[in-house]
Amino acid sequence: MAKNTVSSARFRKVDVDEYDENKFVDEEEGGENQLGPDENEVDSCIRQGNMLAALQAALKNPPINTKNQALKDRAENLVLKVLTSYKSSDIDKAIQSLDKNGVDLLMMYIYRGFEKPSENSSAIFLQWHEKALAVAGVGSIVRVLTARKTV
Amino acid sequence: MCYYSFLVEPISCHAWNKDRTQIAFCPNNHEVHIYKKDGNKWTKVHELKEHNGQVTGIDWAAESNRIVTCGTDRNAYVWTLKGDTWKPTLVILRINRAARCVKWSPKENKFAVGSGSRLISICYFEQDNDWWVCKHIKKPIRSTVLSLDWHPNNILLAAGSCDFKCRVFSAYIKEVEEKPAPTPWGSKMPFGEVMFESSGSAGWVHSVCFSGSGNRLVWVSHDSTVCITDANKKTEVACLITDCLPLLAATFITENSVVAAGHDCCPKLFVYDEKKGEVTFQGKLDVPKQSSQKGMTARERFKNLDKKATSETNDVTLETLHKNSISQISVLEGGKGKCAKFCTTGMDGGMAIWDIKSLESAMKDLKIV
Repeated sequence: MAKNTVSSARFRKVDVDEYDENKFVDEEEGGENQLGPDENEVDSCIRQGNMLAALQAALKNPPINTKNQALKDRAENLVLKVLTSYKSSDIDKAIQSLDKNGVDLLMMYIYRGFEKPSENSSAIFLQWHEKALAVAGVGSIVRVLTARKTV
Repeated sequence: MCYYSFLVEPISCHAWNKDRTQIAFCPNNHEVHIYKKDGNKWTKVHELKEHNGQVTGIDWAAESNRIVTCGTDRNAYVWTLKGDTWKPTLVILRINRAARCVKWSPKENKFAVGSGSRLISICYFEQDNDWWVCKHIKKPIRSTVLSLDWHPNNILLAAGSCDFKCRVFSAYIKEVEEKPAPTPWGSKMPFGEVMFESSGSAGWVHSVCFSGSGNRLVWVSHDSTVCITDANKKTEVACLITDCLPLLAATFITENSVVAAGHDCCPKLFVYDEKKGEVTFQGKLDVPKQSSQKGMTARERFKNLDKKATSETNDVTLETLHKNSISQISVLEGGKGKCAKFCTTGMDGGMAIWDIKSLESAMKDLKIV
């Protein structure tokens, strides 16, 4: 017969997908060298005015495989710092200096930046997004969307 | 190249007969229609109605003139022409999810069906019982098998699946064939053995294709990459990350060149450089004729402003032949070793036939190696 389940609705919070024995689990890849970019290195490059080196440094050791959320946040903030200190006219040159994988990585950071907009960040990210798109095409966006493990 | 628009609905899958006078395809419903070439037109000659779900794969065996179809109703049928009609024979695949793709083996004594049940059914005809029997390849597939392609030796089978991997399996059935000779892919080939498994890709593998010799394998995946591996180079993988939308179909046209097409609605040429071990993008094969830039009269400008709120001549229509994604490519003439013509069908319900010689002369920088 009908049973009132409004009060005892604990069963509604069960995630049935967790119990599916055929559930797809990604392969675990080692997350050792994934310390994230070096803050000191990036800061010193910015202070010296060497923007190209700052960008390279910020994109080094991307924390892709770790589950450490704080590490990922730190990396994202660092990249945001570098991208904001860039002059609009230098953005093109900066993207030219990156290789294909570098531009894909930059796109991943840009989309991460879109997720948590702060004061002026969206405008800056949009500017970088437009330039990166001109170089890498929609394929780079597709790779950000299909990546199993992102920054 | 010529383009024929069959329908408004997408063409789910297609297959050609041996002399390329008839084409069988599924018009995005439960049936298979066979059209016959009639000069410049195509007339429908047969309708194959047996499936209870959308037909997802069709393959037409050239020599034995049999058609195999598979669908979302978890069934496959082998059709033989008796007089003037096609008669179906049910094949029990023992799957509990939709079948996704089907391919006859080169010798046409067996066929493989990829399905959402995370397995491949290899079906062969058992003479004693007058019945099609199937064997399953299960491990280590972990998601839907999207595409299949047989190696010329009738034993090895490449499978691309949604678990982001492209694999080469052995589909050796001792009841119908002799023990195979060693190949660059390996020498021990018991049924279900994994001879090669790709790694590192992050997208569903939409299409796989062996080269004419069977030594090379190309696969395209949903993360907009094209990868080629060469068994003679210890299956080193050469990957090209492209800047276009994901590709859905790929085929070798010579031992070094691949034509691939997908959501960009345009076939593209890729070339594999054996020495450097890398894949490069050579160009789009669908260069639209440059329409002359007409000057706009004042009247046209005002009309545009009124209708579209813009006075620019920005044309928003696609300039490619296909107006929607291309979902399948098939080689018509010349085989995978020296293709002379290939055919594409897509979600715009149209079929285009491309002639390699005229493409080469139309695109001056294009060199098909």
